Parts: sequence; structure tokens; C-alpha cells
Amino acid sequence: MTDTAWIDLALVSARPRAMGALLRYFRNLDLAEEAFQEACIRALKTWPTNGPPRDPTAWLILVGRNSGIDRVRRQSRETALPPEELLSDVEDRESELADRLDGAHYRDDILRLLFVCSNPVLPATQQIALALRIVSGLSVKQIARAFLVGEAAMEQRITRAKARVAAAGIPFETPDATDRAERLAAVATMIYLVFNEGYSAMNGPDGVSADLCDEAIRLSRLLLRLFPAEPEIMGLTALLLLQHSRARARFDAHGAIVLLEDQDRQLWSRPMIAEALAMIDKAMRHRRPGPYQIQAAVAALHARAERPEQTDWEEIDLLYRALERLQPSPVVTLNRAVAVSKREGPEAALALVEPLADRLSGYFYFHGLRGGLLKQMGRVREARVAFDRAIALATNASEAAYIRKQLDHLAGDVDASGFVQRQR
Amino acid sequence: MLYAVLCYNSEDVTSAWTKEQDDKVMRDLTSVQRKYVEAGKLGPVARLLPTTAATTLRHRPGETVVIDGPFAETKEQLLGFYLIDCTSLDEALEFARELSGANPAAGSYEIRPLSLYKPGELAP
Repeated sequence: MTDTAWIDLALVSARPRAMGALLRYFRNLDLAEEAFQEACIRALKTWPTNGPPRDPTAWLILVGRNSGIDRVRRQSRETALPPEELLSDVEDRESELADRLDGAHYRDDILRLLFVCSNPVLPATQQIALALRIVSGLSVKQIARAFLVGEAAMEQRITRAKARVAAAGIPFETPDATDRAERLAAVATMIYLVFNEGYSAMNGPDGVSADLCDEAIRLSRLLLRLFPAEPEIMGLTALLLLQHSRARARFDAHGAIVLLEDQDRQLWSRPMIAEALAMIDKAMRHRRPGPYQIQAAVAALHARAERPEQTDWEEIDLLYRALERLQPSPVVTLNRAVAVSKREGPEAALALVEPLADRLSGYFYFHGLRGGLLKQMGRVREARVAFDRAIALATNASEAAYIRKQLDHLAGDVDASGFVQRQR
Repeated sequence: MLYAVLCYNSEDVTSAWTKEQDDKVMRDLTSVQRKYVEAGKLGPVARLLPTTAATTLRHRPGETVVIDGPFAETKEQLLGFYLIDCTSLDEALEFARELSGANPAAGSYEIRPLSLYKPGELAP
């Protein structure tokens, strides 16, 4: 690690807590961000010579707060803002500040910061971008790269998101139990979105997309440290860990998706699986099942099977049934159809899949699964049509490459059986 | 004398390590251990999963309570430990100093002499 790498790390790890506190003081996202930025610049200047402060987070909050106040004062000379009344807790001193960090106070600060980025008024893409910028501190350039858009476009997206958040109003009152539960649920969704953004754009174990997955896991653990007794946050953390544990096995050398049953299970990350299984055990004790816990339990059954044929499809079927009751959705039924196909064969699964056509006709996996089932049943021509639909709906090269492989197999099968002529 | 060397770091910091940084720290820590392993001085070494994976059983006479996470909320968390056979505290301190040199996160190593040690039957 280089000389300043430890400072970068300290700044990254202090960020959520410091930004949360600064947002509480200034009640303005831009101002909080600028104040934190200023504190980071001072840290980079003074820490190499003076050494790290006893409590880097408290230091950053204090310095950030002071520089923010300066900025507001400077601005207020030009425009008649009413800054002082808006600034809460200006009388804090560092010792008090450090005490407060240890109190329950910071939990709501961080939750508020996360919630601001998860505000349901924001479309998913804006939530993700804002969280990565504000909470994780990724640069606009890094985020733009993760989304495969230009820097200017991303800058604009974030600016728009901030304006929306400001217009919606940032909640500053201390949340009661109901508010807190709602905020937690919104934040969990946002973290899941960040993960999914990385997960679905991934085409190999490394790169920007994998970084997004790591970041989502970090945020999820952070949330769980703040709210250690929330089974759904345990479920979320476990789910993300289990999905990410397969990162190295999900793609072949050409970047095409490798299906779960074809993956080399030696490549799955054992420490991530161990952590996730521990989390699921903990969550079960609370006897308050929820969608994340159920999905994590499904993923855990895959993780526990050393070979694909050891997978407990019956239990997976039951879990998806539970999820259908809790959170009915055609996508859940589609997932259950996979379990049904393993237990009862492709016919039964297809019977479950066909009625979803109306609602899932624009969904890649619907046509992919349907094609796979038809292929198993030897209905080659229909399988080809389904795969063609799927390929047209693929959102990335890995999905398309996987379907192309299926089509190639199909062509091979057809040639071998000689029933149908290859269609070009 | 047997000592436990208990490693305390801020989880906020260690969880912000990238995979590359984490791998490098683990490599560096392993190379610190090498000469102690060769000298037959090093016993079990453990790295603990994040505290979010922890559960605590509290008990008072007549009742037990299970809570999620570690009991005390502190700035630094117990993240791993070593068992080492040293001739003196100075030697144990030297081991801890070498470990700290390989670990970029601020933290502390608590050196704690053992009063009982049963190696057990557990094979790795």
C-alpha cells in the first residue's frame, strides 16, 4: 500500500458516517458534499505530516462542518440566505462530537443519508447513481463507466436526482419505528438495485461491474451493523453474498453466461458462502420471514449442493411458493418453474410458464427458459422461435452469447436427428 | 509461555479494502508468520467473519438472552487471533509489531497470556 493509500481508505470508510452527520447539520446535500470534500482535501494535506487523528471520522465531521459554515457565511454576504437558523447543532465541540458518534444518533444519520438516495420519487437508475456518488464517494467518471454512459450524461443524471431529492424534502425529524422500517425497506431496495446493476452488467469476475457488487455488499453490511437485529437485512446481505460468491464461475472464457448447473463449483467463494449461511441461520431465529430471506434460502440450497444433482429442488419449489404468497410476481413463478422442471419434467414447467406470456413477453429470461423447456421436449422449431425472441431481448453480450450457444446446440441436435432442416 | 494475540481493527476500515488490498494484507501477514511457523512457535491462526455474522448469548442467573452481533458496540472489533509460544513478552510484542507492519489499518494487538490450552481434536 502506498503512503497515502491508508488515508484514502480512512476517507472511504469514514464517508457514510461523516456525510450523514454533515447532512444533518446543513440539511442540504450539495453543501454536505462540498463540506466533506473540503475536509478530505485538508486531511490529505495534514495527515501525512501530522499522522492520523485519534478519531478520523470525528475529525472529518468537525473540519467539514467548519468549512461548510464558512462557505455559507461567504455566500450569505452575496445572497441573503438565513444560514445560522438552518444550521443545527452549531455549538458542538469535538469531544461532544466524538461522544455522539458512539451514541445511537449516528444510526439515523447514516440511515437518512442512505434513504435520501433511495427516495422512491427517484427512478432506479437515479437511485443507484446518487448512492454511488453520495454514500460510496465514487467519482462521476467511475459511475459513468459502470453505466456505460458518458461523463456529462451521468453528471446530468446525478444533478437531476439531487434536484428531485431537494424538491421532495429531506426528512430531518427523528424517525419513529414505522418511519424507520419504511426507510430501511427503501434502502434495502436501493442496495439491491446497486448490486443488480453490477451483477447484470458483469461479463467476467473483475472490472467495474464487480466493483458495484462489492460496494453493494459493503453497504448491506454497514446497514446490518447499524440494525443488527433486522432479519430482512440479514437476508439481503446473505442473498448478495451468495450471488456474488459465484462471480468467478458465471462466465466462460468467451464471456458467455454459464448456467448454475454447469458452473464449476470449485470456483465459488467459500468465505462468502460461509458468511451468508451464518447470516441465514441468524435470520431464521427471528421467525419473521421476508422476500430477501426466502431468496437467500434458495441461493443457500444451491450453495450447499456440492453437485447440481444434489440440489434440493423440492425445498426450492416450496420456498418459491412461499415467495409467491408473500410477493406475487410472474418472475417468481418463472423461477419456480425451473424447480418444477427439475422435479416433474419440462411439461409441468411449461404449463406453469405459458400463462405468464402476457406479462413477461418482453423479458429475456421468459423466452430463454421457455426455449430451454421446449428444447428438452424435442419441440425444436418452437424452441428456436423462443430463443430468437430471447436473443432480441438480451440486454448484454453475455446473455446473447448464451442464447447463441443454445441455438448452436439446437442446430446440432437437428442435424443429428435429421428431422428438421437447418434454417438459415 | 503461550500467548493469544488478539487483533482489533475498525471493521469500517477493513471492509472498505478492495479484494486486491485484502489479498495483499493476507499475503503479507502470512509471510510474517512464516518464521514462527518454521520455529514451531505458532499455533492456531483464525480470521473471523464480520461482526454482522456474530451472535451473542448473554446470561444472568436464571435467564439467557440471545442477541445479534457482538455484545459491546466499540470502535474496533475483534477480527482475528493467533496463538503463539514465546519465551518472553518482548518476543510476543515483536510478533505483534511485525503483524502490525503488514496491516495498513489502524488498530491494536492485545497480547494475552493463556492460563489453559487444550489443542482439541479438530483437524483443519
